[in-house]
Amino acid sequence: MVVGKIKRVSGPLVVAEGMRGSMVYEVVYVGEERLIGEIIGLQGEDAFIQVYEDTSGLRVGEPVEGSGSLLSAELGPGIVGKVYDGLQRPLSVIGELIGPFVKRGVKLPALPRDVKWPFTRNRDLKVGDKVGPGDVLGVVKETPLIDHLIMIPPGMHGELKELVNDGDYTIEDTIAVIESEGRKIELTMLQKWPVRKPRPYTRRLEPTEPLITGQRVIDMMFPIARGGKAAVPGGFGSGKTVLLQTLTKWARTRLNIYVGCGERGNEMADALHSFLKLKDPASGRPLAEKAVFVANTSNMPVAARETSVFLGVTIGEYFRDMGYDVLMVADSTSRWAEAMREISARLEEMPGEEGFPAYLGSRLAEFYERSGRVDCLGRPKRAGSLTIIGAVSPPGADFSEPVTQNTLRYIGTLIALDVSLANRRHFPAVSWLLSYSRYVETIERSWRKKFPQWRELRDRALSILQRESELMEIVRLVGPDALPEADKLLLDVAKMIREDFLQQNAFHPIDSYCPPEKTVLMLDVIMKFYDHSSKALLSGVPLDKIRALPVKVKIARMKEVPPEEFGKVYNGLINEIKSSIESLVKGG
Amino acid sequence: MSELYVKEVRRALSARGSLLFVETVPGIKYNEVVEITLETGEVRLGQVIDVSKDFAVLQVFGGVSEVNIKKAKIRFKGETLKIPVSLDMLGRIFDGLGRPIDRGPPIVPEDWLDINSAPINPASREPPTEFIETGISAIDGLLSVVRGQKLPIFSGAGLPHNRIAAQIVRQARVRGKEERFAVVFAAIGVTYEEAYFFIENLKQAGNIENVVAFINTAASPVIERIAVPRVALTAAEFLAWKHGMHVLVVMTDMTNYCEALRELSAAREEVPGRRGYPGYMYTDLATIYERAGRIKGMKGSITQMPILTMPNDDITHPIPDLTGYITEGQIVLSRDLDRRGIYPPVDVLLSLSRLMKDGVGPGKTREDHYQVFMQLIAAYTEGQYLRELSAIIGVESLSEHDKKYLEFADLFERKFINQGEYERRTIEETLDIGWDLLATLPEEDLKLISVENIKKYHPKYRGKGSTS
Ligand SMILES: Nc1ncnc2c1ncn2[C@@H]1O[C@H](COP(=O)(O)OP(=O)(O)O)[C@@H](O)[C@H]1O
Ligand SMILES: [Mg+2]
Repeated sequence: MVVGKIKRVSGPLVVAEGMRGSMVYEVVYVGEERLIGEIIGLQGEDAFIQVYEDTSGLRVGEPVEGSGSLLSAELGPGIVGKVYDGLQRPLSVIGELIGPFVKRGVKLPALPRDVKWPFTRNRDLKVGDKVGPGDVLGVVKETPLIDHLIMIPPGMHGELKELVNDGDYTIEDTIAVIESEGRKIELTMLQKWPVRKPRPYTRRLEPTEPLITGQRVIDMMFPIARGGKAAVPGGFGSGKTVLLQTLTKWARTRLNIYVGCGERGNEMADALHSFLKLKDPASGRPLAEKAVFVANTSNMPVAARETSVFLGVTIGEYFRDMGYDVLMVADSTSRWAEAMREISARLEEMPGEEGFPAYLGSRLAEFYERSGRVDCLGRPKRAGSLTIIGAVSPPGADFSEPVTQNTLRYIGTLIALDVSLANRRHFPAVSWLLSYSRYVETIERSWRKKFPQWRELRDRALSILQRESELMEIVRLVGPDALPEADKLLLDVAKMIREDFLQQNAFHPIDSYCPPEKTVLMLDVIMKFYDHSSKALLSGVPLDKIRALPVKVKIARMKEVPPEEFGKVYNGLINEIKSSIESLVKGG
Repeated sequence: MSELYVKEVRRALSARGSLLFVETVPGIKYNEVVEITLETGEVRLGQVIDVSKDFAVLQVFGGVSEVNIKKAKIRFKGETLKIPVSLDMLGRIFDGLGRPIDRGPPIVPEDWLDINSAPINPASREPPTEFIETGISAIDGLLSVVRGQKLPIFSGAGLPHNRIAAQIVRQARVRGKEERFAVVFAAIGVTYEEAYFFIENLKQAGNIENVVAFINTAASPVIERIAVPRVALTAAEFLAWKHGMHVLVVMTDMTNYCEALRELSAAREEVPGRRGYPGYMYTDLATIYERAGRIKGMKGSITQMPILTMPNDDITHPIPDLTGYITEGQIVLSRDLDRRGIYPPVDVLLSLSRLMKDGVGPGKTREDHYQVFMQLIAAYTEGQYLRELSAIIGVESLSEHDKKYLEFADLFERKFINQGEYERRTIEETLDIGWDLLATLPEEDLKLISVENIKKYHPKYRGKGSTS
């Protein structure tokens, strides 16, 4: 192993000399306390190291020891429900063993070594079979919600020599032996994978399936595809964190990964707490049974922000490889970018825009490109997806800044949050004028199967909102009275779309999750109201009469109707709209 | 393990801003404390902020003026900056580095604590949920504060932030609980008058015995401001985590802290970030603000109320902007309301308490609280919009319906937000005022309130004090 010496300490950056033979991104142990660091640059015999723990107390001359390996994630049973820091240290275990403050130099394995997991072998495999990467050896019921497939790691193949029987095994017990080129390889349930390296798959698939999120503004207006990538930029208080947490709670996926990167500790505590309390709508089980958390809060060492993001993605790919739909959210990618900027400044690299390094864009791309829907390696044949959603925190809520702009180059859905909507408590504060989705065309067919009217409803609602903003310009100049009745009606309907459809309180016991069936019908009600009212206007019914219709109050309360009752309520509303407006027409 | 010898150098290579550059001696530790003894015998504290084989950079609290680089003696203490702490600190006044300045006896330390404490493990945090009643309607009703929250006041020059903060400190309580509480007050680069305004106020309220004050006035060394919040929070942590007290930390003015940070960064010739502030200011501020919270299995809590003045009243300025990205909301003061004589002049639309939802509701405040809050804000937003519109098109062109909202906005500011500096309203009183105002609007407009709550709390159904 390479052993060098500290030459300079400057914040999270340490320069070590005598490091010939090291490689970039190699993990090193810094100083007598063996703080964990990673080599980010080499020059002659000097290594530039970002240290993932507080560097106070380090001295020039202390040893720096290479590990010979890249920063890797441990993957295997025991990962679900855990809270990790950016180096995959289990924070909940550390809290119990060491106390409530994060001390440095702590080294604990990410996955418990002593737990025995109930392993069920793959009945389709026999000794003597040729096996290869991704082949499923068996399964562990890790939580009631997660069947953890035990797969042959990427890059390994050979002839199956041994496969253990059903039983309880730790992640270090040998569960299979394969022979490859005369060499026997013992396999356990534990895999290690370098976090910066994408995990391989057979083939990329087109993202044709929508990710159902239960959020009306997303599912209906700005959809995200399974395997897609989305960004949520917004000033402070615009609702990024609430939206990301809501998505990881309710999106219809097999597993969710929540990465808190450089953000608040209390938010993380709240997420951990509510994921234990809230129940998955499909199974009634606690959400924590299908979630993994990575927490590197703003007061924890900055360099580990980067690893927290890559750790999250790596765990996501691993579950994707099992053929699952996985969602990973990162809150906030801006904090990671700022960490990059800080290290880059200490390296005295040439600064780019606003001091960010020139490689900001390519780093963001590496991250978002790891999303996707794929045919997984190995047998049985299966497809999985990893969807990535990143929050962006633009200074002064100004979207022209480098992190937002670079992110826009790589994503498919932009969920732009608007502080002025948030100040008016219009939540989620998604700007319908700035946001977009490039997946509308690709996932339309999938929506059509169950909801033929999805696309038309969406396009109409958006164009009404667009028209509203044009009309409001006029209203601001001359007041609403100057508008023709038909335009006034349009403004009324736009208001209904905004308040009775788009607004969705993330903390409401019923409305926080809105199933697609209800979403489509809710918008349908508003559009039917519009159609009937327009006709009534044409036949001379005054707008005031339409405004006073009691059915409007009922439409405003659609949100509170439990989804299972909504079908009936929908029929009632449609009938009432028809009959009450018809009687206005007759009466007039 | 620990070396007993003291390392010393006799000459600095150069001095700039608040930095000294010295030759490296073997064994200098990153971040360790140094003592610089001037020719006059005066001793200043400093800290190693960069160390390499050839030289080390020292940041000197107290600055480098009058430091003769050829003659000053520099001793490396071998450990990071620590302050002595003890329960005897209660009722005492210290300078920004924790040295008594009230002519009282020195503190007999119970412990010495590093001013940069280790971060709280996020998995060990207890989510804050205990409602603090401040007696101020705008806050309790619309921006509820909970124990363990960090909620700053975003103010502007000349606005009454100090009076509001003092009122909060005077009135804040958690109902039904008699627990030990303390106030830690940090003055950062404010005038002598401002600092003593607080101390006098606390004395009058009779709780000086529960107060620890750290004072760095406008006349104190700028660089010391980097240490003040950390020193104050170290004392707060000692009281909260060691002695189970509920501690409220008031820090004013964090803008001065950020200015000091900018000065330091410029002296280090770092590449400046937005408007000259260092790129790491977010992280730096986070290491201060994240020291608020509650911890599982521990009794105490730390609630923070930092005060900052927004340069040019601009909320997008990096100081309020980065703060808002870290804290759990913000109380924003409005110059417009202040001019119109509304106290406290809280702009409730720009303000936010992110932890409110966890601190209100049945068993905490009242079941209708959250809905009343949402409805009040929605109605006030509408009223504000109509105010702007009517300024252009005239009030007479508004419909009767719209006029109700216009009037609502007015009433809301005068009756709900506005209150006396010594007036303490219970949360029930606050919510009932809210209902009285909502009752001036058409009932079918109250769509954010459940039908049950309308039936239960609307003045019309309670047969009490309805204005319409
Ligand atoms: N969908 C929502 N429903 C209700 N309140 C919301 C919603 N989204 C955001 N909020 C409110 O806005 C506040 C700020 O949201 P948050 O997600 O923390 O903002 P950001 O992360 O962008 O700073 C929350 O504390 C909450 O009060
Ligand atoms: Mg956030």
